Amino acid sequence: MGMDIAFWILAVVSVASALAVVLTRDLFRAALFLVLCFFTVAGIYATLSADFLAGAQVLIYVGAIGVFIIFAIMLTRDSRQGSPSGRLRLPALFIGFLFLATMIFALVNTDWNVVAEVPTESTTSAIAHAIFSEDGFVLAFEIAAALMLAAIIGAIVLVRDK
Amino acid sequence: MAVGLEHFLVLSAVLFAIGLYGVLAKRNAVVILMSIEIMLTAVNIAMVAFSRYGQFITGQVFVIFIMVVAAAEVAVGLALIIAIYRSKKTVDSEKFDLMKW
Amino acid sequence: MPNIAVWAIFLLPFLSFLIIGLILRPFFNNRPMLSAYTTIIAIAGSLILSIWALIAVNGAENHVLTDVSYQWLSIGDLVINIGITMDSLAAIMVVTVSTISLLVQIYSIGYMKGDGGFARYFAFMSLFTGSMLGLVMANNLLFLFLFWEGVGLCSYLLIGFWFHKPSAARAAMKAFLVTRIGDFGFLVAVIFLYVKTGTFDIGELHELALAGVLGGTTLTLAAIGIFSGAVGKSGQFPLHTWLPDAMEGPTPVSALIHAATMVTAGVYLIARMFPMIASSETAITVVAIIGGFTAIFAASMGLVATDIKRVLAFSTISQLGYMMLGMGAVGMGYASGAIDEHHAMALGVAVAIFHLFTHAFFKALLFLGSGSVSHATGTFDMRKMGGLRKIQPWTYATFLIGSLSLAGIWPLAGFWSKEGILHEANAYAPVLFWLAMITVFMTAFYMFRAVFLTFHGEYRGGEEGSHGHGLHESPKIIIIPLVILAVFAVIAGWLPVGDFLGADVHFSFFGALTSWLAWVSLIFGFAGILLAYAIYGRKLLSAESIGKSLGPIYTLLIRKYFIDELYERIFLMRFLVDGVFVVLGWIDAHIVDGAVNGVAMVTMTGGKVMRRLETGQLQVYGLAIFVGILAIVAFLFMFN
Repeated sequence: MGMDIAFWILAVVSVASALAVVLTRDLFRAALFLVLCFFTVAGIYATLSADFLAGAQVLIYVGAIGVFIIFAIMLTRDSRQGSPSGRLRLPALFIGFLFLATMIFALVNTDWNVVAEVPTESTTSAIAHAIFSEDGFVLAFEIAAALMLAAIIGAIVLVRDK
Repeated sequence: MAVGLEHFLVLSAVLFAIGLYGVLAKRNAVVILMSIEIMLTAVNIAMVAFSRYGQFITGQVFVIFIMVVAAAEVAVGLALIIAIYRSKKTVDSEKFDLMKW
Repeated sequence: MPNIAVWAIFLLPFLSFLIIGLILRPFFNNRPMLSAYTTIIAIAGSLILSIWALIAVNGAENHVLTDVSYQWLSIGDLVINIGITMDSLAAIMVVTVSTISLLVQIYSIGYMKGDGGFARYFAFMSLFTGSMLGLVMANNLLFLFLFWEGVGLCSYLLIGFWFHKPSAARAAMKAFLVTRIGDFGFLVAVIFLYVKTGTFDIGELHELALAGVLGGTTLTLAAIGIFSGAVGKSGQFPLHTWLPDAMEGPTPVSALIHAATMVTAGVYLIARMFPMIASSETAITVVAIIGGFTAIFAASMGLVATDIKRVLAFSTISQLGYMMLGMGAVGMGYASGAIDEHHAMALGVAVAIFHLFTHAFFKALLFLGSGSVSHATGTFDMRKMGGLRKIQPWTYATFLIGSLSLAGIWPLAGFWSKEGILHEANAYAPVLFWLAMITVFMTAFYMFRAVFLTFHGEYRGGEEGSHGHGLHESPKIIIIPLVILAVFAVIAGWLPVGDFLGADVHFSFFGALTSWLAWVSLIFGFAGILLAYAIYGRKLLSAESIGKSLGPIYTLLIRKYFIDELYERIFLMRFLVDGVFVVLGWIDAHIVDGAVNGVAMVTMTGGKVMRRLETGQLQVYGLAIFVGILAIVAFLFMFN
């Protein structure tokens, strides 16, 4: 029951903060709302018993990406113009609603094969096992490392002064 | 009604749609990037929910990889925005028409 | 083991080609002799293996040593094999080809000395020989066609060997294009046969034809198609025009083309396909008529040619006509029921291949002899020669033997094989027999005309014609092949080639002189020699006055019946350039180009309209993506 209440609170806050991100005209506030949204999503992970991911969410999204975006806002110095909407506001709104309706229609009408039991153990060791065991995702992990390296080098090359 | 898989999926869908609106409607490139992050997070919620209610850990492993890719994407995306800002002195997406020859 | 050795017969020269082309010419160009030695070693290897194969075939069951096929590729139902056969026909051919080729290569060392393209020359010669050896061993039509084109390509490369000379380049082009006409018919026939029978295998085709499964119009069309390939390759009328021009190549190349490779490929093809072609009476009659007509037609042009190599070239065309006539006559005998199947199949091949065999030796000898003459005088024009008998005794002696052999004088090689053909022609195609008889007379005449003009009388070349260092006998490397060939030109007719091929075409050594036919042909031959002696040796009759009194005919002959003019002026310029090409040009300009331009216009107009959609703005594209996704989802909902 406590979990249900937690979910409802987190869900409402996350949707509200996400809406604030796209609706507010102030860039810094948008960024801060984004951080709030990420925080609540971490909470959602916790209600889903994904403790490791909740931690990772806080560290990566809230910590790294949030700071990153605030840096970008400062560097581009376009903040005085705020965050206006473009010509496509109404079509985008229409498409967004249509998409949402379609998705909700689809997932409500699907018969999900659900197991309701709540896992009791921590997921950390299970994830580690899934990634690093012999028939796990080691190769994907290595490739992800290479991807990160490439992204870092790419970013440096892009922003370097000629 | 107890909270179940559908609740998480609907939450994921709502966040995704909000992100989609942001990507399509906002003019500031940084906000567009933020909206993309919201979309990615929404997908992650769906993944974790399936992992939880389907009792398999692979979903969470995928979320980790999505986070990695998202981090890389933000790094490169922001670098691109800054590079464009340097040459165009703006991050207004309606003033970019580089994809038109 | 036998298998590998048989494959090696034609793979060795290919290997030599690759070694010269890829290693020696790029990296050892300053040591040109290496390429000559490589070629000679490879072809000597082929010769040894060929002789071994000949002996082995003789001892083998049914005279078939090997007949293997490997699958090359398979596309659906279409299966293409590569395979070789080593039977008596192939064995005779490989021995002939490799012997002549080896002697020509040795001769070439002397003849081509100092030429800038020495290595290239030997590379091409290897490829040429290898292609010909592969051609005679192939056991299915498609594989054979591969080598057939290989031979055609090499002849192009070698005729145009001195490509900086415009006449050589043009002659090479002409050889390639004219033979292409015949090859096209051949290829169509091969495909046609495959469509009708589902096989490329020569043995299977023969069985089908002899059993009557393959017959009627289908067989006739296919046989004539194959014959058209042979007409092109063997320079038979009406595709003979390339062969005299092919003299632009180096003389050893001419020798090889005329004696062992290239032109004999056509005769060989008919011999190889003989059971199939002879099963169609129409086709085999065409072969006989074309052969008989070509024999006399080409000989008549040889009467007046002044270039010694051209005389020999016309003589080759004429002799190849003989071979075709021999096969055609036997085939007509078979078609009329006069000869039983088993005997006819062996006999037709035997008479033609026996003549091909002897002809290879004396024709190679004559060409190499003419090369030796030109080595001294620097020209091929007989009007600028004369009196070389004393200066070049070896060349003279061997050339004389070759001429006598070609004229069919007893007991030299040419006599025996020619008698075989005349005998069959007399039996089954009397009209063509008398044409052939007149050809015997002409042959003797033009050969001895060449002998008297070149070697007798006084030297007419003046000083400038003689390379600037005096007339001289050719070096040993040139003389030795001549002598070896001369020996063969004498004895080749005594070898039991016919028996080996399964049919008795032999007359006993003196027994031949008891038949009236032999005497008639000998009388015709001697008459030709005597007439030549009277005109060109003794000058009892003046060649000029004869030429004048026969004015129009002389012009007709010297202009080669205006066939070249007919092809080039009338057919090419009037019909093709002014007629067909104009129509094609109009179609190209209006219909083909019109279609292309129309498509381009529609595309460009469409593009002008559609580009409005391409705003270059990311978000418009993003919106379009999601509209698309929704459309797909809606579609799925609607139809599920």
